[in-house]
Amino acid sequence: MKSQSLRHKKQTNWILALPMYIFSLIFVVIPLIYVIILSFLTRDETWGVVNEFTLSNFIRIFDKVYLKTFLDSIQLAVLTTVICLLLGYPFAYFMAKLKSKWKNICMLLVVVPFWTNALIRIYGWIILLRTKGILNEFLIGIGILDKPIKILYTYPAVLIGMVYSLVPFMILSIYSSVEKMDWTVVEAARDLGATRFQAFWTTTLKMTLPGILSGVILVFVPSVGLFFISDLMGGGKVMLLGNLIKNELMVARDWPFGAALSIIMMCMTLIFIGLYRKVTHTKDLEGL
Amino acid sequence: MKKQWFPKVYLILLLIIMYLPVIVVIIYSFNNSKSDAIWGGFTLKWYGQMFQNQSLMEALKNSLIVAFISCLLSTVIGTIGAVGIVRADLKSKGMVESLATIPIMIPEIILGMVFLAVFSFLNLPFGMMTLIIAHISFCVPYIFIVVKGRLAGMDKSIEEAARDLGATPLRTFIDITLPLIMPAVLSGTLLAFAMSLDDVVISFFVTGPETNTLPVKIYSQIKVGVSPEINALCTMMLLVTFAIVIISGKIGAKKPKKEKETS
Repeated sequence: MKSQSLRHKKQTNWILALPMYIFSLIFVVIPLIYVIILSFLTRDETWGVVNEFTLSNFIRIFDKVYLKTFLDSIQLAVLTTVICLLLGYPFAYFMAKLKSKWKNICMLLVVVPFWTNALIRIYGWIILLRTKGILNEFLIGIGILDKPIKILYTYPAVLIGMVYSLVPFMILSIYSSVEKMDWTVVEAARDLGATRFQAFWTTTLKMTLPGILSGVILVFVPSVGLFFISDLMGGGKVMLLGNLIKNELMVARDWPFGAALSIIMMCMTLIFIGLYRKVTHTKDLEGL
Repeated sequence: MKKQWFPKVYLILLLIIMYLPVIVVIIYSFNNSKSDAIWGGFTLKWYGQMFQNQSLMEALKNSLIVAFISCLLSTVIGTIGAVGIVRADLKSKGMVESLATIPIMIPEIILGMVFLAVFSFLNLPFGMMTLIIAHISFCVPYIFIVVKGRLAGMDKSIEEAARDLGATPLRTFIDITLPLIMPAVLSGTLLAFAMSLDDVVISFFVTGPETNTLPVKIYSQIKVGVSPEINALCTMMLLVTFAIVIISGKIGAKKPKKEKETS
């Protein structure tokens, strides 16, 4: 009986698993291989591509202009990640300590904006931050300012947009770690004479590390690519890696170079995820 | 005592900031004055204008078609795939799992770039078809993960019992497995629908000159400037997303009766 059912099982599963194999092949493997090949090809005089092997697309990234964009983008990403962590950690921690009814409400409130259109939320900020916008009028109205200050189309505006768009990822990752935490360890530390801070530093922080790391990845990785935030809130003054890729593809039409930039960005992502798996010994990112 | 109030104040404050931009958009969609810093009284005229704006309505239609078709196909692929992968004892399944979820792990812009390059190489005309294909690529992994999570917590023995009693694999899948995972399938599909409806980055790359989706249209409008019509449109989109997320949460949280009895 047993062996028969096992045989049945194998037979079904092979067929049922097929869609996923085909999907990964057509939608992931083949396109990726194509882009990798593309990144080693030479750009045509016109908009096309010539089948000529070259490494120049990768070498070009070390050009001063591109390198600067690259480093600026990384800097903004790091800044975004740090602020998200500082804002998100207490939020997630306090949220996990709420009573279950409030916890669910809080959770829903965090998740909903996370699903709403990122553009609309950025648009809301534009309305708020414009020179003649609500924030300026409000600050003038209560007498803090006597003339409007320029917030929109500056670096801080882009930073606000980035943090705002990505902080839910941080909160949700850390929250799921805090939720799983064994509070008795913290109590034990306290019983053994640790101060509140010491207990937090030595136990809580360690136990929530997977969530922190996962949040860092989920914030850092997309933040180099959110070209529309720097477009809309930075007024074209802040260039991200994402803007660079967008311009190379849509304006300069340099496909091989765009491909090379994408490959580098993707390698960065995969290295991060790989490191995460190594450090935490888990397969999936926390809170995903 | 300090500890008592600080967490609550912090949570409420951050939530207010989180919702502030959204609330501003909603409030000003009813503002009679064209300038958004002044309140000019309540009006619905922007909604009227929005519905008369042909290009906006066209974009809305496109968005709905793309979201509907890509979700339908993704649900089939993702659901069957999840059942197959979880229940299979194939050696390569771990690798396939990692590969299949790449589209939602990498930054969206790369996915957009990859599809733009591939579609040009294949000489596919940019438009509805390219949009649907690109949207399928990120909807499938999402549904796959949600359904897989559900399957992992499910009792395998019910399926095995059905098979031992002589049910064909297809019958077992339709009669036993599918009803049990239905809540996950539905909630995953709804969320994928919301993602497809809201996607800016990927659509921006793979859309044609004549086909706009709503977010792409909104993006180009916001770049030009703020307009109350867009406020109205955004409010409508927000409403749809709210509804989808809440409904999907309700469905996903519900446990089918069968499972409760057996576990």
